[in-house]
Amino acid sequence: MTNSAYRIQGATGEWEVVIGLEVHAQVVSKSKLFSGASATFGAEPNAQVSLVDAAMPGMLPVPNMECIRQAVRTGLAIDAQINAWSRFDRKNYFYADLPQGYQISQLYHPLVGEGHIDISLDDKNPEAAVKRIGIERIHVEQDAGKLMHDQHPTMSYVDLNRSGVALMEIVSRPDMRSPAEAGAYLRKLRAILRYVGSCDGNMEEGSMRADVNVSVRKPGEPFGTRTETKNVNSVRFVMQAIEHEASRQVDVLESGGKVVQETRLFDPDTGTTRSMRSKEDAHDYRYFPDPDLLPLVLEASFIEACRASLPELPDAKRQRYETALGLTPYVAGVLTAEVETARWFEALLAETATKQGKGEEAVAKQAANWLTSELFGALNRLGRSLEDSPVSPAQAAELLALVADGTISGTIAKQVFEKMLETGDGAAAIVEREGLKQESDTGAIEAVVAKVLADNADKVEQYKAGKEALFGFFVGQTMKAMQGKANPQVVNDLLKQALG
Amino acid sequence: MTDLTELGIADIRSGVAAGTFTAVEVAEAFNAAVAAAQPALNAFIVTTPEAALAAARKVDTARAAGQPLGKLAGVPIGMKDLFATKGVQTTAASRILEGFTPEYESTVSQNLWNAGAGMLGKLNLDQFAMGSSNETSAFGNVISPWRRPGDTAPLAPGGSSGGSSAAIAARLCPAATGTDTGGSIRQPAAFTGIAGIKPTYGRCSRWGVVAFASSLDQAGPMARSVQDCAIMLEAMAGFDPKDSTSLNLPVPAWEAGLNPSMAGKKVGIPREYRLDGMDPDVARSWDDGIAWLKDAGAEIVEISLPHTRYALPTYYIIAPAEASSNLARYDGVRYGLRDLPDGAGLQDMYAATRAAGFGPEVKRRIMIGTYVLSAGFYDAYYTQAQKVRTLIARDFELAFQHCDVILAPTAPTAAFALGEKSDDPLAMYLNDVFSVPASLAGLPAMSVPAGLDRQGLPLGLQVIGRAFDEQGVLNAGLALEQRAGFTAKPAKWW
Amino acid sequence: MSVDTATVTKIASLARIKVSEAEVAAMVPELNGILAWVEQLGEVDVTGVEPMTAVIPNTLRLREDAVTDGGIRDAVLANAPAAEHGFFGVPKVIE
Ligand SMILES: [Mg+2]
Ligand SMILES: [Zn+2]
Repeated sequence: MTNSAYRIQGATGEWEVVIGLEVHAQVVSKSKLFSGASATFGAEPNAQVSLVDAAMPGMLPVPNMECIRQAVRTGLAIDAQINAWSRFDRKNYFYADLPQGYQISQLYHPLVGEGHIDISLDDKNPEAAVKRIGIERIHVEQDAGKLMHDQHPTMSYVDLNRSGVALMEIVSRPDMRSPAEAGAYLRKLRAILRYVGSCDGNMEEGSMRADVNVSVRKPGEPFGTRTETKNVNSVRFVMQAIEHEASRQVDVLESGGKVVQETRLFDPDTGTTRSMRSKEDAHDYRYFPDPDLLPLVLEASFIEACRASLPELPDAKRQRYETALGLTPYVAGVLTAEVETARWFEALLAETATKQGKGEEAVAKQAANWLTSELFGALNRLGRSLEDSPVSPAQAAELLALVADGTISGTIAKQVFEKMLETGDGAAAIVEREGLKQESDTGAIEAVVAKVLADNADKVEQYKAGKEALFGFFVGQTMKAMQGKANPQVVNDLLKQALG
Repeated sequence: MTDLTELGIADIRSGVAAGTFTAVEVAEAFNAAVAAAQPALNAFIVTTPEAALAAARKVDTARAAGQPLGKLAGVPIGMKDLFATKGVQTTAASRILEGFTPEYESTVSQNLWNAGAGMLGKLNLDQFAMGSSNETSAFGNVISPWRRPGDTAPLAPGGSSGGSSAAIAARLCPAATGTDTGGSIRQPAAFTGIAGIKPTYGRCSRWGVVAFASSLDQAGPMARSVQDCAIMLEAMAGFDPKDSTSLNLPVPAWEAGLNPSMAGKKVGIPREYRLDGMDPDVARSWDDGIAWLKDAGAEIVEISLPHTRYALPTYYIIAPAEASSNLARYDGVRYGLRDLPDGAGLQDMYAATRAAGFGPEVKRRIMIGTYVLSAGFYDAYYTQAQKVRTLIARDFELAFQHCDVILAPTAPTAAFALGEKSDDPLAMYLNDVFSVPASLAGLPAMSVPAGLDRQGLPLGLQVIGRAFDEQGVLNAGLALEQRAGFTAKPAKWW
Repeated sequence: MSVDTATVTKIASLARIKVSEAEVAAMVPELNGILAWVEQLGEVDVTGVEPMTAVIPNTLRLREDAVTDGGIRDAVLANAPAAEHGFFGVPKVIE
């Protein structure tokens, strides 16, 4: 990613793309926003539906405090204005996945007002190229049910399990100017939501979907007409949808046409967008305050309790890793990008410091380097994630302690780690069983050194004649003879002595 | 032996408790009256004699076992067909819900069953409670038991709770539930010579009541006496966590608190309710009411409710707007009528179903509501109406600094003939001119029978109270009732 | 403001009520009568007046987050005009 602006080369010159994202993030809660039915994913059709969710006559919504709390915490995490007075509105339209005939949402007085997210445009140096993306608002609303079109020749089937599940709609300003920026924004937003714990960020299960607003313009000109591509459910697809939609709009404009403000659908198979006929006439939503729900008034103490419950957020954590732990910006960035990584790292760090009897800052580099190279490498090979790592932070700390106190060398540590992955056994037990303990006994090493030099008298001559590069050869022979278990420092010292 | 159907709640309750008669005898008497009157009055959409008997048997068994009896033990009642009743068809008098059998029981009806009441049947009403004469029901008009002397022209029982009012006046049930959005308890009570109270908004749970206009809908009791209304309201009301607009307050002991003395009380007479060309009988009855309350010890003060004339137009924006959205759920997908023309898509199915299922008045209000909320008109209509509503509520607040209750007529005329106003929606809407303001302000208000007009038809007087002061309203109602001495009843012709 | 045939047709479509031309023609004067009548509200001075939000002073009550409902599929589907394999059935939708 670069400082040079993203531009589409058209026949009439360069075009700039303007992107705003409306992200629907499912709130982590046990029950739905306005009913006591379960909000978990993957149940049998219509098994998690209350009479309220099915909009039976006379049923009434009662809001879930946890959903409000999570939205407020999310707002605080993006430095947003929290509106102590907000209210729910009805968005009226007819669709089979919307039993009430309206979605309870917030238009006029959202719970969360303006905030922002800083995105990094350079992974290697997260501090060098930061861009601030404005967030216009976060409002709380109900999810719709699900339609299945392929189960019956003439019917669609309706499953209301998702109907009424709480969503936060996080609306950005049109501040992004490239697919890459949109991708970075989404990843950062997802990381923040997962740190806060207000959304699990699981895009495959639909807990995070983006409505992608795209328009194009000649640089410096006013905004063009935008289209909204609905419900795009991965970072990659969002980037693809933007690329396709922007170049489609450029084509339309350059061939003398006009971009139509419309709702579009993304097709992941072709990477293209198309007009969504079914929503064409749904644009007059007749929003008005939901008369079943009184205004939502939050006490200052409620908001303060939300604030107090926030964890350290990714940017603050990354900076602390750099300043307090002395990690490089890149490594700090990698360790804080995902809340699981940071959590794992901090557990490892604590265990490592305890086992070695040192401060965390003294062992941070060892732990960070091992995690980002050895553990990530192994997980990659095994196709596993950190959450189901076969090695725990405590087990890893044991391994690192053996290296630190000289019991094993770094080379042997790699072997031990492999065995740990294979067997699940502890590092010390493996070292003991396999006899991998490093030899630091000078007498034993002296004897081997003497034998190596005697066996290679010709090379000793050459060395003494000035071919100093041969020193490495002697080290290698000694280590080989000792099956890698000799303490390298001792070998070095003894060889230097013996060779004069 | 006394005719049990002449008894009200208090007498039935004490007779059953004393063993003068059994609850089953009471239920049987009312079941018979219902069955005999149904062809002529059409007050019920479905009758449930077995349910009434089953509840009565439970009460008799409990009494025999010496168990404590509920507030309404042995009292069979009618249930307006706007309340969801588990296992019993619930239609809101609309084709669109024909055959709908809820799997749930409304909070209010459950409260009543818990108090020992039994259900005689589901009472007819204006479709979705939209109407003032019961003429919008999809299941035929309710016919008022009242007639003008020497005239067989069918009269309106009022609306929307017209099945309730007709059934009580005709002695088909001692009491019934009503709901009031803009006067639907008070106006039919006035038309049929019975009493009815709409409590403060939030006293009775709306859970399980088919919604018309959520910010206005309130359930309340209808019966023949103020005391019966107090007893039944105590059983119906109460905090319900399933309704987030429900008031989290204890239910006062309204019956025990009944006191007809108005000594030390100030009664406000709103200047703006004295309309030009007011029906002279209505004006006279209002004057009677003033005299009666003075006699009961009250001081009479003139008050002003300056925005009164805007109450009806305000109501006819807000109520249709809410209704247009509340009724969107009737779409033929999950329950009720489905009209699926050949080759119809989803949206065609909605339009066909709703065209076939809703009556003309319901469609009219949905259209008005949709229009006033639509893009470009929302502020001019809806926001403006909600601001005027604030002013109307403020009028009452200021007035209640000078008085304890307000006395006014319930309706501008006595009952009119069926068909008389059904062609002119605006003329029909004007029927609610005195009842709508209290609804817009969420205040408790009741109608009590005040006498007969020159044609021999009942007139009602309305008492409006401060928010939460149902007791003050009931007490003033009792003072009026005692002095009005209303004993007229419709001559039995059915 | 008054409505014409086209507006009434559009409103009926928004409200998903199928109307014939004759019905629309009948509705136009009726709705105009009602609208003209409610428009007298425009003459009320509402400067500085907040729209009504809660008719009785009361604020929104929130419930605890607990699963207390659901698992009642039979009850949910009991009145459905078309229910199959645990779903509601509707005419096929093309998105
Ligand atoms: Mg959107
Ligand atoms: Zn949304």
